[in-house]
Amino acid sequence: MAVDIKSKVCGSRESRVGSITGYSGTLSDIKQQLSCSGCPGEKKRCFSQAAACASGCALGQASEINDIAIVHHAPAGCATIAGIKPDFDLLAGAIGRSRDHFGYVCTDMTEADTVFGSTENLREVILETYRRYKPKAIFIGASCVSGVIGEDLEGVIEELKEELPIPVGAIHCEGFKSQIWASGFDATYHAVLKYIVKPPKKKTNKVNVIGFTAGMAWNTRADIVRLLGVLDLEPTFLLAASNVEELEHISEATASITTCSTLSSYMGIGLETAYGVPFIRSLQPHGITGFEDLARQLAKVVGKEEKMEEYIRQERAIYIPQIETIAAQLKGKRAMIAMGPNLGANIARVLQEFGMVVEHLSAWHFDRQYDDGTRPKALQYLIDNSPTEINYSVNHLQNFEFMNILNRVKPDIFVSRHPDSAIWSMKIGVPGYCVYDEYNVFGYKGTLRFGKTLLDLITNRSFTENLAKHVRLPYTDWWLKQQPDAFLEK
Amino acid sequence: MTKILDEPRYACALGAAQTVQAIYRAVPIFHSGPGCAGRVSGNSGTGYLSTNTFPCSNIGEAEVVFGGEGKLREVIANSLKVIDGDLFVVLSGCTTEIVGDDIVQVVGEFEDASKPILHVNTPGFKGTNYEGHEWVVDALIKQYLSTLPKGEKIKGLVNIWGPVPSHDPYWIGDFRELENLVREIGLTPNIIFGEHRGIENLNNVPLAEFNLLVSPWVGLQNVQLLEEKFGTPFLHYPTLPSGAHESSEFLRAVAQFAGLPPEPVEQIIARHEEEYYYHIERNVSVFFENRTASKMFSTVSTAHRALSVAKFLVNDFGLMPNKQYITENVPEKHKARIAQYFKEFNYNIQAEAVFETDGYKIHEQIKQEYYAGPPLIAGSIFEKKITKELDGNFICISSPFSQKVVLHSSYVGYHGGLKFLEDLYTGVYQTYN
Repeated sequence: MAVDIKSKVCGSRESRVGSITGYSGTLSDIKQQLSCSGCPGEKKRCFSQAAACASGCALGQASEINDIAIVHHAPAGCATIAGIKPDFDLLAGAIGRSRDHFGYVCTDMTEADTVFGSTENLREVILETYRRYKPKAIFIGASCVSGVIGEDLEGVIEELKEELPIPVGAIHCEGFKSQIWASGFDATYHAVLKYIVKPPKKKTNKVNVIGFTAGMAWNTRADIVRLLGVLDLEPTFLLAASNVEELEHISEATASITTCSTLSSYMGIGLETAYGVPFIRSLQPHGITGFEDLARQLAKVVGKEEKMEEYIRQERAIYIPQIETIAAQLKGKRAMIAMGPNLGANIARVLQEFGMVVEHLSAWHFDRQYDDGTRPKALQYLIDNSPTEINYSVNHLQNFEFMNILNRVKPDIFVSRHPDSAIWSMKIGVPGYCVYDEYNVFGYKGTLRFGKTLLDLITNRSFTENLAKHVRLPYTDWWLKQQPDAFLEK
Repeated sequence: MTKILDEPRYACALGAAQTVQAIYRAVPIFHSGPGCAGRVSGNSGTGYLSTNTFPCSNIGEAEVVFGGEGKLREVIANSLKVIDGDLFVVLSGCTTEIVGDDIVQVVGEFEDASKPILHVNTPGFKGTNYEGHEWVVDALIKQYLSTLPKGEKIKGLVNIWGPVPSHDPYWIGDFRELENLVREIGLTPNIIFGEHRGIENLNNVPLAEFNLLVSPWVGLQNVQLLEEKFGTPFLHYPTLPSGAHESSEFLRAVAQFAGLPPEPVEQIIARHEEEYYYHIERNVSVFFENRTASKMFSTVSTAHRALSVAKFLVNDFGLMPNKQYITENVPEKHKARIAQYFKEFNYNIQAEAVFETDGYKIHEQIKQEYYAGPPLIAGSIFEKKITKELDGNFICISSPFSQKVVLHSSYVGYHGGLKFLEDLYTGVYQTYN
């Protein structure tokens, strides 16, 4: 079991590693099931709310590359993803990089296309896109329509090989093929590995830092540069504000690290399998334990453990007393978490470091393993170390379920990560915090900041309570009295 | 000819879910893949409902192979139990249409449900969100309003249509401003969209004395259908009024159509214009004593917004128009009429309306045009970069919309004109003047 970077498609998480989108139980039940049957089985829902599809994650990630063009073979509505283009201009502009060769175009599939197919137009659009933007690579973004009517994307790519001097590849992110939007990350990383990354010619002191936004918010980038600097290493941030030339050489890196293994596992494992770049399988660098685990494992790869221990000692002296002051005030506060599976398990550990009680942990989907067969480290750590039992659900972004749970648990705070989630807890008077930026809780400094923010939110409830007084939930009383898993098949 | 949509400025027909969502306590039910709702929800944000609360069949591989009608049936039945709504509208997406699911049949099985359930075929490949909006309003008329018991017309009640929720982030502010203007001259506005209006206002639609459509084309077929079904006459007023000149014209036109005596209306207009020009006078130097304010402009937007902004800038503010780019893939039958609207400015000033969905071609064209200096571009966020390259003035008025937050403000009416100038000149003064 591994990543085959040459294969046509990488496939969905459901099919590759048995990931699921529906479960209701406890952490200890998951432990039990993982040790016996290998995985909690998928439970389907007979009522559902709109989740998200793989194409958003896939083409959103791909759009972060500064000098590629995306040709979305889809009806116009799918291609509204292009709206993030000006925002990535801001991101790249902040570090002085150009996006003049980036393009996002759509083939605007119509009813006639669904009947007769439109690979000929697709081909023309790709050529025209090249003429317009002179990108360093072009990715065709697949869609439900292109998938259902069976458009031969690989055939088009094959035809264009002779005509264009740049790589043309496909990102297979057809929305109906996976219920897990993270499959879209894999689809894009597969395309990057297959079409852009070149075999290594030398070893460099670069570290692939796989995340969402390259640490641009609040300049956490500087903290990462500083951490790597201790080991005489330098970051290559993926994929935000990256360019094709950088990506060609990521096979030469010393190692790959990540803030989110739900996002990055396919890329990390793919680079390791194909080119021997060590993928650091640590906890993620959120909170004290996570940060130190990553720092030490990375130091070990380059044999500079002592230098890192010195750095850790210095940083601890500054930050640990401050973190302890905050933790003393957070101790015993009750929390509910709803996030992607990996970040959620990491954040649960951080809250426990503060002495908080994690009442319920909800994961948008559940990965029992990654493509190398290993268990996600943060999940395993939680299973082995959680001081209390945690109710655990796999939620698929089902608002009606987590609102039902929140309404029962009534925690002191709800911590989430996804647009349109934390705000919902505020509607019932529970302060919510969206851990939006992946470096929010990075290292000692981030941990302190996160703890202080949680404490402030719990203390000053004005906004939340004012809002709650003036809005009502769109759910029936009947539903709020049902068990939250009532619509999960038994 | 190559069919290429570079930087799409509109969503697909399924985007009509925003129209449903804008009716308080109306619930869109998506029969589509899991990602469609998020993709077409644009600027609709969180309200009573939000993207991730919309019931959805989240179609997957199994449904593509075996059909998804069973799943839709379950979702509808359970939506009625779970969601506290007044009206449900089932919307189909591309995949379920291609595999041949019959939503009419499935929805028909819920004829006796406790709440009205409507159906609209909105596959993305069939049209834009603007057309989808019209289809949803048509469905409301045919499948819901036509089934209500007949009632007496209410004197002075006016249904207002035009702004399309919520793809254009100014939709709600625009409606409220139109409402204020109409109310001021003694009529009673009725709008089905926005906060806490909902089913009650919807039920009043057939009782209105007339329909007022403030839009070049979106909604025309709806007011025609309302006339056919309920005998309600309509006033089609193409220009969304912005600034004093256009707002006064608008009030006169509405008053005349409603048969109101002109004198009180003229008094209201005079009062507004006095206030408006008090502020304009105070700020004349802001507008005209600077180095970098552009003299000529292009809009890159929907026909609705482009016409509104162009009329304001020409007839009120005295700028000259260059080409006006209309980007929402206007249906062929409306194009000639819309082009004519742009030829009817004061002093016989005319502008060419260019119907173009390809952002690249628009930008290339803008680069070729002569603007007597750097241009003023009023467009979507996609126009920010090109305007900067040309050293011009940029104002974001159109979707996709980012880097600017709109809560409830509007460029409509007397206040709206002033607000437009505030935003425009805030941009101008970001450079040395």
